[in-house]
Amino acid sequence: MNPSLPFFVLATLSVFSALMVVLSRKPVHSVLYLIFCFFTIGGHYLLLNAQFLFAVHIIVYAGAIMVLFLFTLMFINMNKELEPHKTNLLKGAATVAAGCLLLVMVGVTKGAESLAANSNRTDVGTVANLGKALYGQYLLPFELISILLLAAMVGAVLLGKKSVE
Amino acid sequence: MNSILQYIPLNYYVALAAILFAIGVMGVLFRRNAIIIFMCIELMLNAVNMLLTAFSTFHGDESGQVMVFFIMAVAAAEVAVGLAILVMIYNNIRTVDIDELNKLKG
Repeated sequence: MNPSLPFFVLATLSVFSALMVVLSRKPVHSVLYLIFCFFTIGGHYLLLNAQFLFAVHIIVYAGAIMVLFLFTLMFINMNKELEPHKTNLLKGAATVAAGCLLLVMVGVTKGAESLAANSNRTDVGTVANLGKALYGQYLLPFELISILLLAAMVGAVLLGKKSVE
Repeated sequence: MNSILQYIPLNYYVALAAILFAIGVMGVLFRRNAIIIFMCIELMLNAVNMLLTAFSTFHGDESGQVMVFFIMAVAAAEVAVGLAILVMIYNNIRTVDIDELNKLKG
């Protein structure tokens, strides 16, 4: 078996589901495809040997953020096709613009020589190693993140109140 | 698990991240629903996160993965506030169609 097969299967699935997020007509289908896309990106994290990021990614994205999106979508009740779409001209323009961006990005990196793994360490992404980095070198940013999350929570609650007098 | 790094060059990850990012940009330009646009922004964030993880693993340096962890925390905060704003907009003007949200236009 080709050892790079898992990468190509996962990459195909992520690109397909990402395209379906954009192209599917119903918003709820978009959310479900995005959840699937996040799971395939989690698979890429596993392939890259980043177990800690895989766990955090599944918990935060599939578990929290996408549930929030689904909840908001149900709250606004947009499963019907009441959403007006852009004209075909604008859709074509958007596709061409994004294609040009892709062309530029691929063209810039095409000439670069392929970089092989220049380190023999394979335990970079384990919980133990990242925990040491988080609670050692990056302790201050790690604590500041908690303040950011608290501020975001207060902001969300304040915005969600019925009306501000 | 070390084998995958020997068989997949870093260029493939760069190309995959570029494709996912371009699809996110296309979605932002393509749709009129503000929630879908928000989701496409999440897609772009994830493409960049994946590229950062790939570089971090290839270089054997955990700083990149710590940065991805911070980006995820910031994304969570951003989504909470952004969706609260969208719900507030919907409560006030009963639509999240970005072509209707043009009150700031002069």
